[in-house]
Amino acid sequence: MNILTCLKRVPETGAKIVLTDDNQEIDTTNLGFTMSPHEECAIEEAVQIVEGQGGTATVLTLGSEEATEQVRTGIAMQADEGVLLETDGSEWGPRNIAGAIADFVRQRMERGDGFDLLLFGNESADTGNYQVGVRVANELDLPCITSIKDLEVTDDGVVARREIPRGSEVYELDLPAVVAVKEGLNEPRYASMRARMQARRQEVKRVTPERRHERGLEKLSLQSPEDDDGETDILGDSPDAVPAIMDVLETDLEVL
Amino acid sequence: MILSFVEHEDGKPEDSSVEMLTLARDVAGQHDVPLEAVVFSAGEGVAEAVGAFGVETVHVVDHDGIRDYAPEAWAESVNQLVSELEPEAVLAPGSERGHEVLAHVASKRGLPMAANCLDVTAGEAYELTRQRWGGTLLENARLTGETKLLTVAPNEISTEQIADPNGATTREFQPTLADEDLRVGLVEIEESDEEGIPLGEARIVVSGGRGVGSAEEFDKLEELADLLDAAIGSSRAAVNEGWRSHDDQVGQTGAKISPTLYIPCGISGAVQHMVGCKGAENILAINTDPEAAIVDHADYAVIADLHEVVPALNEAIREQKDGA
Repeated sequence: MNILTCLKRVPETGAKIVLTDDNQEIDTTNLGFTMSPHEECAIEEAVQIVEGQGGTATVLTLGSEEATEQVRTGIAMQADEGVLLETDGSEWGPRNIAGAIADFVRQRMERGDGFDLLLFGNESADTGNYQVGVRVANELDLPCITSIKDLEVTDDGVVARREIPRGSEVYELDLPAVVAVKEGLNEPRYASMRARMQARRQEVKRVTPERRHERGLEKLSLQSPEDDDGETDILGDSPDAVPAIMDVLETDLEVL
Repeated sequence: MILSFVEHEDGKPEDSSVEMLTLARDVAGQHDVPLEAVVFSAGEGVAEAVGAFGVETVHVVDHDGIRDYAPEAWAESVNQLVSELEPEAVLAPGSERGHEVLAHVASKRGLPMAANCLDVTAGEAYELTRQRWGGTLLENARLTGETKLLTVAPNEISTEQIADPNGATTREFQPTLADEDLRVGLVEIEESDEEGIPLGEARIVVSGGRGVGSAEEFDKLEELADLLDAAIGSSRAAVNEGWRSHDDQVGQTGAKISPTLYIPCGISGAVQHMVGCKGAENILAINTDPEAAIVDHADYAVIADLHEVVPALNEAIREQKDGA
């Protein structure tokens, strides 16, 4: 089975997000980069399926040269092949990203080197657009399901489960298919130093994608949400605070 | 008109749909056009329920193939309804189904879609505010397109009924669906054998992070949760340590919760965690570090070791219950 996993390079934010002075970007001067958490699980799933039944696991991203760092993380997690749809690093928007990925998949299919399964993170950690996987599926006319936390390959295709409050919904899809997954799908492996070193030497294929659309959703500016937290009532600095906690639980909040 | 995609269970609209309707009504008001809704498998009372939030007409999609959820078929139905009604905008809740259905509609119509919006100024183009980073950051953006497509961020908009609701008129809508539209659909629902209160529904959530120290030490928090009829949660750090299952994770890539009371213990309050618990009405943090972000976000805080405070608190609650 040949699996394509699409990922996105995003800044590794800590306790507070700081913006650049023009409020157009996150100030990444002091930040490292990672991939969205859902996508780590997508790569792990792809690698596990390929380890179980053969085939290849390909990881792909769209972005600048720097994004090869995240592609190589995927390779260090034992993906076989890395692809960069190389851009100048500006935000492309979901329609253009999906178009570029679909173009790439189509070219591979025409070469007889297509994919049986396309995995996406359900939404990217940064822009959170919730639509790239669905758009790729529509472009390629493939069945698609999103928000998946359990995936099983069967003789007929895949069985995918979506978590609901007291259980899960079960979906069945024929292959080839598009599945957008969420963290919790599996426990992604931690790539060893040796694997990381090896991944550094592996070639990442470059493709220049075509940008087809004008931006339909255009970013004007970014802002931090208003901090409406107010004061924190410090109840104490030792177990002696317990009576004060009890008072809050009983009187203020009436939860006891 | 403005079309809204309403999710409901046996006729009762989901909270996220009611929140969406509140924003949709605002958008309809700005255009001075009626607000209408599309629902699947109408239950008793859905027209009255959405009528209370300003919906004038409910289009009930009626098709044998899609009594249960089928993302592509539901989206194709909405797509055909959009072609017929030519609404100014289509709004959906920022739920899993809301995002999925509207993303399909956007793709089918070749239109952009804005996810998790909070506020809209309607015009030829829409100027809107939407969430990035799960709500840690806001984006001001301009949305264009013949029909504006947007989902509404859950747990952010206070719902408001209209003054004198008359209920909505219902109308059946029969989509034309091909086999291909029906290829993905809900096959069955598996009930979980987990006991206890689901995180998303709990009135109180007791949660632990790296400061808990081990899987075993979560016993103290479990006990507190039992005493308070609370659900148990955890930070991503505790899940990554292997102390808790991912099902317990509160945060951007885990559960988004909105309890009356959230009690984070040994959780520093990273951005990705706070996004999951910002719906909590009250936060009572137990943490050794007075500088931790969680203390700043909390309404109440105890600056002490959870391993000492939680057992003492458990004891006090037990005593109070025995005495009552």
